[in-house]
Amino acid sequence: MSATKSGTKKSSATSYRVSFRDRFRTALKLHKENSIQTLLDILRQPTNSLMTILVLAIALALPSAFYLFMTNAKAVSQSWDGGIKMALYLEDSTSDKQAQELLSQLNSRPEFKQVTFVSKDDALEEFKDYSGFGEALNYLDNNPMPYTITLEPTASFSEPSQLEALAQELSQLKQVDQAKLDSDWIKKYNSILTISEQIATFVSLMLALGVLLIVGNTIRLAILNRREEIQVIKLVGATDAFIRRPFLYAGFWYGTIAALLAALMVNIVFILLQQSTSHLAQLYSSEFSLLGLAPSFTLGLLVIGALLGLIGAWVSVRKHLKDINPQ
Amino acid sequence: MIEFHQVFKRYEGGHEALKGVSFGLPRGEMAFLTGHSGAGKSTLLKLIALMERPTRGQIILDDINISNVKDRQIPYHRRKIGMIFQDHRLLFDRTVYDNVALPLVIAGVSDRDIPKRVRAALDKVGLLTKERQLPIQLSGGEQQRVGIARAVVNKPPLLLADEPTGNLDPELSEDIMNLFAQFNQVGVSVLIASHDLGLIARMKHPVIALKEGRTIRNELAEVDFA
Repeated sequence: MSATKSGTKKSSATSYRVSFRDRFRTALKLHKENSIQTLLDILRQPTNSLMTILVLAIALALPSAFYLFMTNAKAVSQSWDGGIKMALYLEDSTSDKQAQELLSQLNSRPEFKQVTFVSKDDALEEFKDYSGFGEALNYLDNNPMPYTITLEPTASFSEPSQLEALAQELSQLKQVDQAKLDSDWIKKYNSILTISEQIATFVSLMLALGVLLIVGNTIRLAILNRREEIQVIKLVGATDAFIRRPFLYAGFWYGTIAALLAALMVNIVFILLQQSTSHLAQLYSSEFSLLGLAPSFTLGLLVIGALLGLIGAWVSVRKHLKDINPQ
Repeated sequence: MIEFHQVFKRYEGGHEALKGVSFGLPRGEMAFLTGHSGAGKSTLLKLIALMERPTRGQIILDDINISNVKDRQIPYHRRKIGMIFQDHRLLFDRTVYDNVALPLVIAGVSDRDIPKRVRAALDKVGLLTKERQLPIQLSGGEQQRVGIARAVVNKPPLLLADEPTGNLDPELSEDIMNLFAQFNQVGVSVLIASHDLGLIARMKHPVIALKEGRTIRNELAEVDFA
């Protein structure tokens, strides 16, 4: 620019130019000042900002609560995965001897830690016990129950997919009529979990959009409130960056404070739920205990909150500062 | 310092505020811009500060054709110009000191220099004792002087004033005009829009008179070339 050229011939009466070093230092100082000042402004005017922050916090707390719920639901299903058992129902034609042979054959395989043989009579007794048909079954001519072998896989073979393959293989054996895993309901549970997860993701995205809009609108109002001030400082040579900065910091703080509050809310709910779930787990004589928000998740929530606040403010500032020009 | 070459300005809606204005303000000169309200005085000043862009014609400021100043560079362009308004345009939630310091903070002047320069500017306009007050606590004349201190604090080569004495009584008006003359004496170019013809006559500086967007009197040399 030719401004530098003409600068050399100017007298000391005019010295509106500032060295790069001073500008850089001032920029750093302004960042510090703006960040502290906007934070204080928000904290000092709780009536103005409290509502916004609460709404933001709720919008951030819901996805976090979803996440916490999903983590726990998954943990529950994992604790079940180890407990899947397999039942082999043998052909009616199988003799006692053949059944015993199969039993010893299965016993020698490394996949199972326990192999239990249930004779026809035992099976009938058991069925009588819990089916409720009781005495009615005595009128049957012969025992309709098949020989059953229940298999309990070792820990290294308890992956659902491995068991699936194993059941497939065993059902090919000559004496085996059917090989059944008792994992069907776990599969159902898991697929419900997957659907819930998808819904939660979708809802979380909508809420994130909501956070953007709320911050954007709050910043828009702040900009309009300071319309005249913005006009004046534009007149005395403020760059867009200078004007933008405090609003961006405000957005950043809104997001960050809301995320902190959201983490707090979720943790409070967690503590409240902890007692009732441990009671429930006791009733099921399970050792399950509720998982809380991991520190990394809390950190992630803060980062996401800050980013959403910043982006919301950025969008708003871009849109509205342009329209404010000195008259 | 300023050159206008056949400058036209038509606003959206068709109002033609300037219809071919040409003049040149030499560096270090002080001049008055007169005319009835609506003659185009404010538009002319706004064009210099790039608050508006001309429809046609060229404006040269400090050897730069300001049509070439991109929107992004406008803030730097404005730092070369100290502007004073009839309504002062002060920030009423900040002290006199903070108002005057604003251009320096914006330009990135170091913390160490700001107090010195703010006080020098306040001293020149005679308000050194009022730096801690809010503008609302000051009289109209004092507020205008805060505006002047803010305009000169970063020592711009050019001062533009739009009806700076519009709301002031004659005595205060003369004080303000003398203040501008003082700045002019140390080398600052000054262009003042005013319709206070009596006061202007006493000041003995060149006058440009506008009427309906045209120059009807130009005591500055008319610069006109292709």
